[in-house]
Amino acid sequence: MSGVPEERFHRTLADKGLQEAIRSSTVRLSDHRRTALETLPEYEELRTQANAVKRHTIENLESYLKQFESNALAHGAQVVWARDAAEAADFVLELAKRKNARLIVKSKSMTTEEIGLNERLAHHGLEPVETDLGEYIIQLAGERPYHIVAPALHKTRYDVAALFTEKLGVAREIEIEKQTRIARSVLREKFLAADIGVSGANFLIADSGAVVLVENEGNARLTTTAPRIHVAIAGIEKLLPRAQDLAVFLKLLGRSATGQPLTVYTSFLTGPRREAEIDGPDELYVVLLDNGRTRLLADAEKRQSLYCIRCGACLNHCPVYRKLGGHNYPGAYSGPIGAIITPQFMGVMHHPWLPFASSLCGACGEVCPVKIDIPKLLLDLRADVHTAEARQGQGRLERLGFRAWAWVMRHPRMYEMAGLMASALLAGDRWRSRLPDLVNQGPLRAWLSQRDLPPVAKSFHRLWRERRKAAAK
Amino acid sequence: MSCRQAFWGAGATAGENKRTLPIGLILPFCALSAGRLLEFRCMRRVSLFVTCIVDQLFPEIGLAMATVLERLGYEIDFPEDQTCCGQPAFNTGFRDEARSVARHFLRVFRDAEYIVVPSGSCTSMIAHHYVELFADEPDRLAEASRLESRVWEFSKFLTEVAQVEDVGARFERVVVYHDSCHGLRELGIKEGPRRLLSHVRDLTLREMDSAQECCGFGGTFSVKLPEVSGGMARTKIESIVRAGAEAVVGIDASCLMQIRGALLRAKVPIRTLHLAEVLAHR
Repeated sequence: MSGVPEERFHRTLADKGLQEAIRSSTVRLSDHRRTALETLPEYEELRTQANAVKRHTIENLESYLKQFESNALAHGAQVVWARDAAEAADFVLELAKRKNARLIVKSKSMTTEEIGLNERLAHHGLEPVETDLGEYIIQLAGERPYHIVAPALHKTRYDVAALFTEKLGVAREIEIEKQTRIARSVLREKFLAADIGVSGANFLIADSGAVVLVENEGNARLTTTAPRIHVAIAGIEKLLPRAQDLAVFLKLLGRSATGQPLTVYTSFLTGPRREAEIDGPDELYVVLLDNGRTRLLADAEKRQSLYCIRCGACLNHCPVYRKLGGHNYPGAYSGPIGAIITPQFMGVMHHPWLPFASSLCGACGEVCPVKIDIPKLLLDLRADVHTAEARQGQGRLERLGFRAWAWVMRHPRMYEMAGLMASALLAGDRWRSRLPDLVNQGPLRAWLSQRDLPPVAKSFHRLWRERRKAAAK
Repeated sequence: MSCRQAFWGAGATAGENKRTLPIGLILPFCALSAGRLLEFRCMRRVSLFVTCIVDQLFPEIGLAMATVLERLGYEIDFPEDQTCCGQPAFNTGFRDEARSVARHFLRVFRDAEYIVVPSGSCTSMIAHHYVELFADEPDRLAEASRLESRVWEFSKFLTEVAQVEDVGARFERVVVYHDSCHGLRELGIKEGPRRLLSHVRDLTLREMDSAQECCGFGGTFSVKLPEVSGGMARTKIESIVRAGAEAVVGIDASCLMQIRGALLRAKVPIRTLHLAEVLAHR
């Protein structure tokens, strides 16, 4: 298929160490999830509830956004609406300039990856520092997250040891706990000196105006409380109507992501520090990001993509992700969820191969805690790609091929003849073992690059006729 | 005659004779039993949809399926005009082409009562996705929704309609069962084939560690992203080898074609067999 970055795919697939790292991590996370769900008998019921809550929220998003805004304002937060990535990133940049800020600590946030915040801040001479251990590692490595939940999933502890030695000038350390201590000592200083803390949001609660963050390392707490200013950047789909809805979502999120019944920290942030409070920022800004999301709202079927709570379960269970890893997917989001939201955020023709990067095995839909029908959406997007291609005069050969194929399939005699011709063409070991270039093209070539051909056989149609004749005698 | 009299039988009232069974209960019961008998007789005829892959590449699977069904007393009907269900086009995003082939399928199998298919994937296409394709064609939509109860994947037909688990087969091999994705996730086929295999004499059924992980076929995915697809097949093979299997058994010829092709390429002497072939073996 045209546009597939086959060279890059090949490099990932040929890297044995990398393949092993991806597989062992994703299998481990999948196993943890399965074990965690064994003690949650109401899991299916919770999924149904979560889906219903998300459906309701997305269908009434406008009123919940307004409710969130007024409640957040009432608690002293400021709400900023950002139409696209540039507006959101520019807001942080302008704020930093206005406040004379230079050092910006960040807790893990896929939304800030989506808007390319770090690059933009660094470009203007500011210093953004990731404080989640995995994010810190990949920031040092100059990479982007490999996985929604486990950004440094592809890095072994030996990789990290080499990285720390190179970038931090410390002695080689291969023990993970000691590596953590090294990162921690660097990051503590950053927290204390930071002017602004930037976080994402796992949930926004309409009825209380709260930003909810879940994490394991405590770095999000420091990010959102130590600096004078806290900026939370969240996609508008992160809303939940009521705080009590979290009872459903928190049970699902930790278990689906890492197999934890609950993450180590769950923070509810409503407004900046109040009088008589010791911790907390002086100012809290909540940036509500659209960046293509409202376009999805118009499509009754596809808007379910916005239900996603970024647990990463679909990545862990995806056999294609287990081969391709995270960096072969364009944009911030990888795996099956990336394959459905990236084309919708960016437009299907940016990376037309993306919805086709799936064997449609359905494992993603099976494990999705909010029941997004990912395989169905992949199919819809494939059809969208062809529609867009037809409009742009591309993909003619494939379209023509399928039209001819469908014609043959509607004409049983033609179908039989085509079968006879194909088997005659491929019959005989002499041909099969070394197909001439003239024949060995396109799909056949692609098949043969990996596998042997199936045997050449008489069709069932013919065998059945022979069988009936023999029986008649 | 009041309703009460009709229920208890003419001339009788509820108060008079409580010991005899009321006609109102007996009649429906008789009708139900007669219906069952009738249904049982009708059920004896099944139509085969062998799928294009089995027809063109693995006809022995179709024959094996026919053999098993005949041994169970079914009369086999093979509508000669059958071709493909349309899934290759549907899964590649060519809806119009898929729809035209689906219309052909509906025509060919209009009169079939039970359609038995040696594939979970094609069964799911017909049973679940035709209704999506014909959402805007009320007549065909009605026809397509009636299909759901008529089209049966082979193993599911055996366990749920014919209600057999032991078909009298014998097969002396150590085998693993590969769960085909669409059979597993769209039709809920998991235990059925394993139960059928567990009744095959001399057969040892083992579980591989990633039985439910895709083999990487995925229709046109296998040629659109060949190296990823091939990598997935090799992962599958490693799992099959680890289980110490002599043969891999599946319910979809397409997955088996992928696994077989990769096994041959890797020169691993393990056979691939469709469930029907094992069950036909004596």
